[in-house]
Amino acid sequence: MKIYATYNIKGGVGKTTAAVNLAYLSAADGQRTLLWDLDPQGAASFLFRIKPRVKGGGKALIRGTKTLEGAIKGTDFDNLDLLPADFTYRNMDLLLGTAQRKQTRKLAQLIRPLAAEYDNVFLDCPPSISLVSENVMHAADVLLVPLIPTTLSVRTLDQLTDFVAGFDGDRPEIRAFFSMVDRRKKLHQEITQDLLAERAGVTAAAIPALSLIERMSVERAPVTAFAPRTQAARAFRALWFEIRSDQE
Amino acid sequence: MLTPGLRGYVLELPVGDHENTTEHPATDLPPAALAALAPSFTVVAERGAPGTGTRRLTWLDTFDWRLYRAGLVLELEQARRGGRLLLSQADGPRQAEQPVTGWPPRRPAQDLPAGPVRDRIIGLISPRALLPVVSAVAAVSAARLLNADGKTVARLTAERATVTAAGTTAELPLRLSVAEVRGYPAQARKAAALLAAVPGASPASQIVFTAALTALGRHPANYTNSVDAEITAEMPGSVAVARLLLRLLDTLELNVDGVLRDIDTEFLHDFRVAVRRTRSAIKLLGEVLPAADASHYAEEFKWLGDLTTPTRDLDVHLLGFAATTEHLLAADPADLEPFHAFLVSRRAREFRRLAAALRSPRFGVITDDWRKALLAVRDAGARKKRRQPTAAELAARTTGRAFRRIAAQGGAITPDSAPESLHNLRKRCKELRYLLEFFAPLHDPHLYRKVVGDLKQLQDCLGEFQDSQVQREEIGALADAMLAEALAGHGTATAATLLAMGEVAARLAVSQAEARADFARRYARFAGPAARPRISALLAEPGPSEPTQTP
Repeated sequence: MKIYATYNIKGGVGKTTAAVNLAYLSAADGQRTLLWDLDPQGAASFLFRIKPRVKGGGKALIRGTKTLEGAIKGTDFDNLDLLPADFTYRNMDLLLGTAQRKQTRKLAQLIRPLAAEYDNVFLDCPPSISLVSENVMHAADVLLVPLIPTTLSVRTLDQLTDFVAGFDGDRPEIRAFFSMVDRRKKLHQEITQDLLAERAGVTAAAIPALSLIERMSVERAPVTAFAPRTQAARAFRALWFEIRSDQE
Repeated sequence: MLTPGLRGYVLELPVGDHENTTEHPATDLPPAALAALAPSFTVVAERGAPGTGTRRLTWLDTFDWRLYRAGLVLELEQARRGGRLLLSQADGPRQAEQPVTGWPPRRPAQDLPAGPVRDRIIGLISPRALLPVVSAVAAVSAARLLNADGKTVARLTAERATVTAAGTTAELPLRLSVAEVRGYPAQARKAAALLAAVPGASPASQIVFTAALTALGRHPANYTNSVDAEITAEMPGSVAVARLLLRLLDTLELNVDGVLRDIDTEFLHDFRVAVRRTRSAIKLLGEVLPAADASHYAEEFKWLGDLTTPTRDLDVHLLGFAATTEHLLAADPADLEPFHAFLVSRRAREFRRLAAALRSPRFGVITDDWRKALLAVRDAGARKKRRQPTAAELAARTTGRAFRRIAAQGGAITPDSAPESLHNLRKRCKELRYLLEFFAPLHDPHLYRKVVGDLKQLQDCLGEFQDSQVQREEIGALADAMLAEALAGHGTATAATLLAMGEVAARLAVSQAEARADFARRYARFAGPAARPRISALLAEPGPSEPTQTP
């Protein structure tokens, strides 16, 4: 089982659209795939038309009174299941520990029993740097980091890389990709070119800023499913191909 | 849809009343089903979904229903190129599947291509062939059931199948399957309940194969080579014997077609067993038949038995050939290839003789007239004025006599006795075994199982002793014949082949010696002092009984 997490400290950078489309493409490859919508806003759950509700809330899952398996919902797509968001996930930090006793590997421990059932698990994280995100980083094999091509975004990537480098034991691989790229903006062009040249771990495939991707919230489906022959879908397929090839 | 173990619900709707109309162009589902679901779900057709479209299926089994009896169902799903073999348990779960490009049914089991299905069933069905039992053409359509959010919460499959067997065709009820989507069990349950309320709907408890057999009026597992005639203790002996013999004649006739088409070796085996049992019944129980019939048909069935012996003997050599080569120590298995080829060609020649005889008027007359004669005995039996033995009296007398003969002959056998004494004892054991089987419904089932179990062990030992000797002698004769052909310039036997055959013969001699060494123990277990009380209890004249199943 391979665990991918889409993560960025900032919101609105395309984490959920990436998680939803990459999970869909993984399932379409025939891989048994689970997407866990960890964001209390529940955008990924909404996109799959699944109610953002988990019986017992995040507390029951973290404390183990309910299993993850029991909360999983089938999506409309073969091989793709979803563990829905719940509004109580906003308190997950509190459930994961106190300043004195932090649990940084709890999510990894909860996900482990799913290995028999799934080939790939995608974690769609809320934007923040918190105990939840630290848990996600410990659980993930690959951190997928969407970057809007701005100087600040690049700084964020550096901070994240340094943070992960300080982990004891296993560290996730960091794969950044440009998201919401506007080819008409000179700054976007410069930063994408420079960073690709300078930094390893940045994918060549980039996700453009397209209104069709925003349309996902109207269609309530991955763009790769409802408009598979479009530029947007092609961009996600190229990204998935690159990520998948790295892992083979 | 990922986790096995999600619940499914299957219902049937009668055909005819629920044909789709253009009123509901979105799906192939019957309007009544759509109307039932409409208040709770939006139904969206899934055209081209996996598993939809036209499916062509053939269910396969051996002539004696070995898969069915083992609780297995084997389907050949035919596609444009090749197909797939799907093996399931009768109660549903899939066990194995494998592609079978270019593999038609009706082939000996050994010809099944390698794969998981073959691995799972070969031990069970070998050496029988798989035959098509029922074929089906099914139109399968699928739909998704959506909730108010437009989320798929259950899946629905509709299957309309036309099934055919032996020229008879039937249409099965429309089969609707509701499959649960993970996390939405209540929705699937609700959809199933709504469909169950459609007039005429009923839960489909049977698997499709069983439903197809029922629709076609075929009875599964209706063939067995055991003697299961309906007899009771108090019926006249002649009636019981006529019923037994009629049952044996049925078995014999059921196997003729398979023998002539040479489908697998077991048709001839069962045919021979029926002939042998008939001969034994005539010999041991013929006193209740008209004397002229008994002597005439004893001759005719001897002719039939003798007719089948050469082919069967060669079948036995060929069936055990692979095992024989595995046991070679000095010779190379390749050395035996000319021997194998010789056996195959001999078998083809002997089979032609056998087939010609089974197509001859003499064979047709035997079976037709024998049936008429037996029916006459059966129908006249109850009307006879002269007191005749009941089935129970006849069973006690003949079975007791058969056992006493075994005790006399078997008790006299010492380590120095000639092989013929064991051969003769084997014949007596066969006779006793047949008598016990004929009258099985009259015996106490527990005692019967124990005594027949011990008898079978003794018979296996005597069989091993005699068969090893016979096969060894046959190998000698075959070696002579092969050598003669080689000397005449049209054979392929080499010295290496003859030496390898010698090694096979030596191994048979070892088996024979082992069987001989084991005889005293097996005999004592069956007929020794410890076994006598149960034999006496079993052979005591059975009391009145109702017809029962063969133990």
